[in-house]
Parts: sequence; structure tokens; C-alpha cells
Amino acid sequence: MAECHPVGFQWVMEAKARGAKVFHIDPRFTRTSAMADAHLPIRAGSDIVLLGALINHVLKGAHDFREYVLAYTNASAIISEDFRDTEDLDGLFSGFQADNASYDPASWSYEGEDVPREREEQARGGRVHAGSASADQYGSGGPSAHPTPHTDPTLTDRRCVYQLLAYHFARYTPKLVEELCGIPRADFQRLANAIVANSGRERTTAWVYSVGWTQHTVGAQYIRAASILQLLLGNIGRPGGGILALRGHASIQGSTDIPTLFNILPGYMPMPHAELHETLEDYLGYAAGDTGFWGNKRSYLVSLLKAWWGDSATADNDFRFGYMPRITGDHGTYATVFGQIDGTVKGYFVIGENPAVGSAGGRAQRLGLANLDWLVVRDLVPIETATFWKDGPEIETGELRTADIGTEVFFLPAASHVEKEGTFTQTQRLLQWREKAVEPPGDCRSDLWFYYHLGKLLRERAGDTEMDAPLRDLTWDYPEEGEHADPSAEAVLREINGTGPDGRALSSYLDLAPDGSTRCGCWIYCGVFADEVNQAARRKPGREQSLVAPEWGWAWPLNRRILYNRASADPQGRPWSERKSYIVWDPDRREWTGPDVPDFEKDKPPDYVPPPGATAQAAIAGDAPFIMQTDGKGWLFAPAGLADGPLPTHYEPDESPVPNTLYGTRASPARKTYRRPDNPANPVAGTRFPYVLTTYRLTEHHTAGGMSRSLAHLAELQPEMFCEVSPQLAAELGLDNGGWATIITSRAAIEARVLVSARVRPLRVAGRTVHQIGVPYHWGWAGGGLVTGDAANDLLGIVLDPNVYIQESKAATCDVLPGRRPRGAALRALIEEYRRE
Amino acid sequence: MDLRGLIGRWPVIRQLRGEDGRGSAARSARTDALRPRTAEADTVARSVCPYCAVGCGQLVYAKDGRVTQIEGDPDSPISRGRLCPKGAASKQLVTHPGRQTTVLYRRPYGTEWESLDLATAMDMIADRVMATRRETWQETVDGKVVRRTLGLASLGGATLDNEENYLMKKLYTALGAIQVENQARI
Amino acid sequence: MSERVGFFTDTSVCIGCKACEVACKEWNDVPDDGFVFRATSYDNTGGLGASTWRHVAFIEDFTERGDRWLMSSDVCKHCTHAACLDVCPTGALFRTEFDTIVVQADICNGCGYCVPACPYGVIDRREDDGRAWKCTLCYDRLRDGLEPACAKACPTDSIQFGPLEELRERAAERLATLHEAGVAEARLYGERPDDGVGGDGAFFLLLDEPEVYGLPPDPVVTTRDLPSMWLWAGAAAVSMAAACFGAFARGPRR
Repeated sequence: MAECHPVGFQWVMEAKARGAKVFHIDPRFTRTSAMADAHLPIRAGSDIVLLGALINHVLKGAHDFREYVLAYTNASAIISEDFRDTEDLDGLFSGFQADNASYDPASWSYEGEDVPREREEQARGGRVHAGSASADQYGSGGPSAHPTPHTDPTLTDRRCVYQLLAYHFARYTPKLVEELCGIPRADFQRLANAIVANSGRERTTAWVYSVGWTQHTVGAQYIRAASILQLLLGNIGRPGGGILALRGHASIQGSTDIPTLFNILPGYMPMPHAELHETLEDYLGYAAGDTGFWGNKRSYLVSLLKAWWGDSATADNDFRFGYMPRITGDHGTYATVFGQIDGTVKGYFVIGENPAVGSAGGRAQRLGLANLDWLVVRDLVPIETATFWKDGPEIETGELRTADIGTEVFFLPAASHVEKEGTFTQTQRLLQWREKAVEPPGDCRSDLWFYYHLGKLLRERAGDTEMDAPLRDLTWDYPEEGEHADPSAEAVLREINGTGPDGRALSSYLDLAPDGSTRCGCWIYCGVFADEVNQAARRKPGREQSLVAPEWGWAWPLNRRILYNRASADPQGRPWSERKSYIVWDPDRREWTGPDVPDFEKDKPPDYVPPPGATAQAAIAGDAPFIMQTDGKGWLFAPAGLADGPLPTHYEPDESPVPNTLYGTRASPARKTYRRPDNPANPVAGTRFPYVLTTYRLTEHHTAGGMSRSLAHLAELQPEMFCEVSPQLAAELGLDNGGWATIITSRAAIEARVLVSARVRPLRVAGRTVHQIGVPYHWGWAGGGLVTGDAANDLLGIVLDPNVYIQESKAATCDVLPGRRPRGAALRALIEEYRRE
Repeated sequence: MDLRGLIGRWPVIRQLRGEDGRGSAARSARTDALRPRTAEADTVARSVCPYCAVGCGQLVYAKDGRVTQIEGDPDSPISRGRLCPKGAASKQLVTHPGRQTTVLYRRPYGTEWESLDLATAMDMIADRVMATRRETWQETVDGKVVRRTLGLASLGGATLDNEENYLMKKLYTALGAIQVENQARI
Repeated sequence: MSERVGFFTDTSVCIGCKACEVACKEWNDVPDDGFVFRATSYDNTGGLGASTWRHVAFIEDFTERGDRWLMSSDVCKHCTHAACLDVCPTGALFRTEFDTIVVQADICNGCGYCVPACPYGVIDRREDDGRAWKCTLCYDRLRDGLEPACAKACPTDSIQFGPLEELRERAAERLATLHEAGVAEARLYGERPDDGVGGDGAFFLLLDEPEVYGLPPDPVVTTRDLPSMWLWAGAAAVSMAAACFGAFARGPRR
């Protein structure tokens, strides 16, 4: 956190000054470790063992916050008798289908009434899910589970979630942590004792993570493991608790909320699927549950369709639901790259990204770019993705020749963040409006300008065919401003917010209607323009507000700063403790109150019991804080919604130098692979690739370097690509500090300067010494950079988490040689030699 | 400054005059006139750092249409005026000489960049989008209606504004382009 | 004369992010210091110099008594007895109304006398223009009541700016807190008015011996004996004046 979010880290330092204990779990000793009370070096790719052992520690010692767990989680729910755990099936859950390496999740469901229908839906949902990465949809509460399962409040039934958890994690012990993570038992014990002592009524513990947890073939399950731990300890929905994702880009949260992602629509609604969602009714039947706030999905979707297709969207034509294209499976960015190589993808827009350097499998990325008909790159400087055809590594090796590359390339200079206005959504879901300071220079334009004017040009070219109807009928009439005819960003934000039948801006997604009388571009952002005021532009100084600072910017949903904050009160609505009081029920005023906006219906009393057959929020009880879930509960066990199992399970990374000593199933059986010649994997057995490779960022640079390598004041601070190795490995391989090393995988060989440091510690894992090599990924061969270097991403293969299709960048295997890499054709020869052996 | 003034500045002389060689006597006219350039700014925009997702407040000072300083916004309850090295380098990010400010064009099989007028580039891109879409259009797949193209793809958005991502998703969806992705997948 | 101001750099909370280095350069238009990979932990700017006025040192201390990665942002000390100022023949260096030491670029002729005079090795000449450069404690900002750029940017408040007396009190409190917490190795550096430079306007809380951070353990103003030499100097002055005139007249070297 100190490395990549230094200014956010000031709050950790504040907490530390007030007595908080800080543990840092990371393969390397970083700038965060330097400030922590303890650093636990861990083998990359083994975190579920550690988290599972913490869960086991909590359960074995009965350290869970029992009142919270009983009331707010699904601990007491009874799971289908058909369910089989990984303990029973040597690393597989019930429902695994070997032929397509995916799960039928039917057997994971709650036991309850009308189970057959639920199961059928889940099984179908699960299969589609496995094919189209719908986890964002599910993850936001989309998956449907029975709202009132059978329960055992004594938590003793062997099929209740609590007992299943205990059974599943029983072998996740401190000894196993030592064996697979390389963390000594005493260190584990310190951590376990600290989190237990710091949780409960009076105290809360927070977990903070970044891509160190997500970039794995089991990344979503890392987060699930932390969720289970935090729910057991009562650390969700309470001040000082939570699982905090520190995201790495100014508006990466926003680009998920209003997604430029293939599988979702704004507000985490799924993209229509060809098989499941032929009609609007099909879609509403399958997408998300009927109970909880997803129960209003018709209002959310119809309002979106009205925002996009305006008056042409009517009840008679399903509000133009048929205008939306359908997905049929994996259309993720890596599938796109293989599509480029195979010739199906012909035109490519790259907008403020640098995949030629910044995405896994650099060579495959560039081979894809070289096979396009046309490419549009928009950025501040001509990044490597724009220049690969004249100076890419494949030109150097002779694999590609500039004169043979047919790709037509347009580089369009972009406006910077001070040359346009608009909102970023930062890591706590807070939207902040940026004022424009100056006009962009020369031909530089905002991406808003680009897409707006491109849209106008495309609409001019649209014919009267059926195919062009969605383009013709699209609402695309934003006011133009200034000398370049920039579309009004505020007008776009207002469309996102939504308007009512009277044309006025709406204040809450609760006002959205299912009948087409309201328009809203993203239901979770409804309220950002409440009262016709740009709420994201609010700037009441922090020092003039409470610590929650509700009048600075605007957080979705409805300006709530802590999600699920109903859980900060006990089931009766009283604070768990005075010290941790946040949102409470005021029996006199009959409403929820506190320093934050209650994440609950303001006037729903704690003793509210839903009537039979209730839907949407009416089906959520007054003591059920998790209002997006169909049952209002925090899910310790996920009866639906995950492609790789209802509980986190330790699997080795796709590439790993040690066996999985827990199960016969070595790596995640459902992981998404693309086994092709242009995406080879290092063999698991053998000694050719003996070291663990992990990639990361440095404080001084940003991602693939487009916004840092070209700046003298940043480039000088970390001027060269380097690798970090332990003194022991350096001695073993003859690597000199300040000298050169060549790092090799079956994909690539790159060179890096050597930084020998005791901060990298060899670990004792599964009875042997495991060396880890750290490589930052900020460099590339050109890209307008003042400093250049080989790209770490060239080393990585493309293998993905099956829930979210994120690649495993944090753990792979490699070999290391002293000295610089070969040049030209000799480089390919070296890699071929490694692949042959 | 005349000779007398110059000699008078020499610390030894000032010391002999009882000034101990220090202090106000040593100030140049330029020093006397010094003021922070932020005080000269025509405008101060309230902005947000474009790097990571902490969302630190920035104040952007501009004079004569040019950015003269970017520093932390003390009002922000998130950052309290502070910035990391990247945020602190934001002025250089937006003003450095390496920024490309004109369109670059590489024709198929070309060996060098060429220049291109922005409006021409926009027209050419629009033509290519329509052509590729038409050539790769799928009305059905395995008997199911899909109304889409797999010939177009897009990557990017995590450093873009919400409004920009919104127009992208809206336009691509109307085009039937589904391979729309960003850094959040990476 | 305003109240004396300075920096208290508390290295116990420094996260080594280098925001201070960058904020300083952005404000003061300081050029880069070259792109050199030094293989010295995460330090690639090497030390204070003409083009690095804040410098973060990284010390990896991994021993049996514990793992430490010490980070410390160094800066001009703005000495009470500033030798650089004493030896400057042009009056380019002067003591401001805030009791800080500033080089006036429009007066400096690049003679370089100040460079060896500094007991900390801070001030330095820039190769391209020959003039001497160092931290001004953002003199221009101070004149408008703004804090120096580095202190403002510092994410963890490791660099604190303020009236020196107040900073000294704050530092004493912080030291006591650390000692209570068992950090016995914590110490202040440069805060004592009776040290060899009469106390620093920029002082530090360190977690080890000064030498570990590359700081001199007992700096002494190099012009300590100068006052007794003034009489001699006065006599010499008249005869030297003419010779020196040539140097002044050339002005700053370009």
C-alpha cells in the first residue's frame, strides 16, 4: 500500500500512531513492510492456505462473533445433501464436468422449498457463467439463491454451512502454512492472535488487498476467503472493518460500474446472452434474483434502454431489448488477442492502455496487433502499442518485418486530465468531478470528444437497414461547447443519473420505474445529479466535516460511504458497542440514523418480517443487512455465483515449482486456459524453470509506463528495468548487484539489471528451498520513454481465473541466467531450446 | 549595479560595515520581487490525480492558458493536500515536451509515420468501422439471434472519465461490438 | 525579521516514496539528475546536489536483530552558522527574513567557494551553467505564507515545516514517544543550538547513527575561525577589490 497508494497509506500511519497493528503479507519486503509491525514473506500463489488456516483457527477456537454470524450470515443454512466437498473428492467439488472443465453448481444450493426450480436455474446459470465471466453480475448479488433456506440455528447439523466450513478447512493448519506458504508457525500464530483479539464488539480489523490477490487463477477465491474470515469475525459493514480493494487506476472502479467490459451493462447487469436472453422476459427471469434490491432489475434495465434508445423504446418493442448484441461465451481481452492472431478481429481501438507492454503474453499481443486491418491508439505519447510495427521486439528478432505488417495505424493524441472535465470514481466508489483547467494543445482531444464525434460520423453513415437501426435510434444529442465542439460532460453525467417523467433529474434509484417512464444510464449512479446539482462536484473541506465527510464528492449508491452499514448495529438496531457505533435504529423517530447514509431502507424497522411471497426489498427482513443478496445474508458458503466452487480451496498456480500436498488435484480444475503454440506453458515437472516469478509495480512508475517513463522527474527515480533477487540466489547463479540477468520462460527471455537484496528471502516450501524473483513491469522498448527496458509481461503466459477472466501475473515459473540476453534470431533460439527440453 | 554596489555586497565589506555579512543587504532586486507563481495564476481548477485510484485532490494553476503548477488540494478529506511522486509530477505529465499533439498515421506496410489532419483521420476511422462491421456482421449464431460483430474490439477505460466510458459502451453496443474491455480485466 | 522556520524530518514515518524529490523539482524547475541505475537499494539519484535538493536515502539493514529498511529524506540544513554564506564572495548567498539560506541565481557567478565550505556536502554547482544550487526552503512560497513544496506533498508528514522552536518541541515529544515505545535507537540530529553549526534549520529524527544515513556525525562550520580573521581580511580587502571586480563583472556563467 505504501508502494502503490502512498497517499492512502497516510491513514494506515494515522491508525498506527493510535495503536493499530499492521501486518504485511507479501512475497517481498516492500516500503509497506518497512512500516509494518510484522512482514510475513509468503510464497506467491499460496494465500488461500494462509487465509484458510486463519478461518480454521477462528472456527476451531470458537473465536467467531457468534451473534453477528448467526444473524447476518448464512452459517446456519442447510446445503443440499448432494453436495460433496474437496475433502471427499480429492480437490474437486461435486458437479465437476471434466469434458469442459467446468462445474454444474446445482448440488451447492440451499436446501429449501421449491428447490428443483432453483437448482435448474443455478445449473444453467452456472454453465453460462463459466462461459461468459458473469462474476461481476453474480458478485454484486446477482446469483439467485433461495431466500428462506432450511436452517439449524444450533450450527450443529453436519450439512449446515458452519459445519461444512469447519470440515473444508480442517487441514488448513499452521503446519500447512509453514509447509506451503513458507511462513513460520510462530509468525502465523502472531497474526492469528492479533486478528482475533482485534475483532468483536469493541474492535474491528480491516484487510486491504490489490492485484496481488486478484491476478491468480484462483483470484476471486482469494477475496472469497477474506470475506469468509471477515464475516466470521464480524468485520463487514462496520467502521474500521471490511475488505478494501485498492485499485490501481484513477477510474478503474468507474470503468467497472459503467463498464467497458464485455460481460456487463452499466450497474452490473449482465450483457444479454444469446441462449438465455432471447427476450426481455427471459433476461429478467435469469439475470439476478427476484428478492433483495436486484428484484427491481426490470426498472434498472428498462430505464437504461430508455436512456439509450429514447422514444423509440416502448413497451411494445420490449424497450428495444432486441437492439442489444448478444454474447455467446468468452469475449474477454485475451480471447480478443487470439481472435486477432486468428484473423477474426480486424479493427482495434486502444484507449489509454498499452497492451503491447502492459498485458500478459506480450508477444501474442504484438502478433495480434500485427495481424489487424486497422488500429486506433489514443494516448498522450506514442506508446509501444502504436509503434510496434517499426521498433517492436519481433522486428529485432526478425520474426516480423515492418514492410510485411499490413496494419493501418492511427495515433490520435489525447487530452490530459486537466484539459477536460468529468468524473473519476476512486477506489471507495466516490465520484469526484474535475474542473477543466486549460484547453488541450494541438489535435489533442478528450475521449468524450472522440466518441461523441465518431458516433456522429457513424450515424451519418448509417443506412436504413435493420442492422443500422440501433445506431439510427440511439439518443446522441449532447450540447456542444467551446471551439472544438466538445460534448457537455455534465449532460452525459445527467443522462447517467437519469430523469423522471417530468424530465427532471432523479434523486434515487428507488424512483426508477419498470414501465418506461424513467430513463437512467446507470442505476447505481442515480442520485449523482439529484436536485439538478452535480453532487460529484461538492467540495466542502474535509476539516469542516465529520470523518465520514459526506459532502465531498458523491459515493454510489446514494452517497453511502460504508456498504452494508446496517451490520454496524445489532439485530435490534443498537450499536454493537459505543466504541464502534455507526448506524443505529432510532425507535422514537422510527428511522436509521448515523454519520453515514444508512445502506438500508431508512424506515424499515429491525423487527420487520417479510410477508410470504414478497419480492425485491420487501423480501429483506429488518435484521438482514446484505440487501443485495436474495436472502439478505453474508455468504460464508456461496450456493451460486462462482465458477470454481462454493468455498475457497488451495490450488497451485498454473505454473509452480512445488506439488499441491493437500489434494490430488494440483491446480484449479476450472481455470481458464488457452493452450496454443503462441501461448505455451512452462512444464510443471522437471527442473527447467525452477524459480517463482512475480510481477509488481513501484511507487515511482505507473503501469506500463506511458504516464511515467516519459517524465524526467519520475524516470530518473527508477531509470532501468531490474529484477530483485536474494543474496543467496545471486551467489548460487553468479549474479552481480548492478550487473545483468536474463530471465527466461517458455514465452520469452528478457534482460534486467540485477538488484541483490536481503528484502527478497528464500523460503522453505514443501521441504525445499524456493527462490522468488521479483520483476516490476513498467518498462518497454520505446513508447516515448526517457528510459526503456524489456517488458516483464513478455514472460507471462495467458491463463485466467474462471470467474473474472483475470490473468495469473503474480505467480509463474522461470529460469535465470547471468548476463544480458542474446540479440536477434539468437533470442528466439534460446527460447526454443528451453521449450524443447 | 555599479562597482560601488558590487563591492559593497562582498561579505567582508559588509562585515566591516557591521552587517556580519548576512541579511537583507545581500538581496538582489529579483529576490525582492520574488513571489510564488501560484499567486500569479489566472485560474485554479479543482481536479483529481490521474494515476492510482486513491483519488487525491489536485489544484491546477494556470496562467495565459498554460498549466503553471499542480499541487495537492488541502480541502480533500482523502488526501489532505498531499501527493505521491506520481501525483507530484502531474505538471510534467501535462506539459512535458514529449507529448504528441498531432495525429500520426501509418499506412499499411508503411515504414514511417505520416502526418494526417484530425478531421480526415476521423472520417477514415468512421469509414473503417462501418466497413469492418458490415463485413463481419453476425445476425445469428447456432440459430440464435446475436446481432453483433466480432470484427471490432476495444481496450481501455480505467483512466477515462465515467462520462467517456458511458459513451463508449453506449456507442459500441449500438454498433453491435461486444469485445469491449478495459484494465479492470487485467 | 520573521520567526525562524525550518524542517523537521521524522524518518521513522518516511515511506521512501520520493514525493519530496519530485514536488521540489516541479516547483523549483529543477532538471533531472541523469538516468542512472545505481543498484543501491531504491536510490537512483545518489545524494543531494545541484539538481537534487531533496534526496531520499534507502538503507537495507537486515541482520539478526531484525529487518529494517530505513528511509530518510535529506535536505540542506539551513545552518545557524552557514559556512556557504560566509565564504560567498558575491553575496549570492544570503540569509532570508525567515533565517533560511538562499542562493540568488542572478548573482551567483559560479566561483564554487561555497561547495567545499558546506560541512554536509549539500551545495553544488550544476555542470551546464556552473552556478551553485541548493534548497531554498521554497523562499518564494514562504513569502506568500505557503509551506515548501516537499513538506506539502509528503504523504505521511515525515517532512514537517514550521517555526523552528515549535518543530523542536514537536521533535522532542516524538522522540519521547518512540523511546517509550522501546525504539531506543531513535535520536535527533541537528536540533541542538550548541552543535558545531549552531543547530540546523532542517533537523532530523533518525533511527540509527548519522553515518548510516550518510550524514556527518559531528559537523562543524568550516568558517568557525573566520571572525578572528576579519581584521586581516579587512586589510586584504582593499587590495583584492580590484582583482575581484573582474569576477563580479562577468556575472553568472552560462
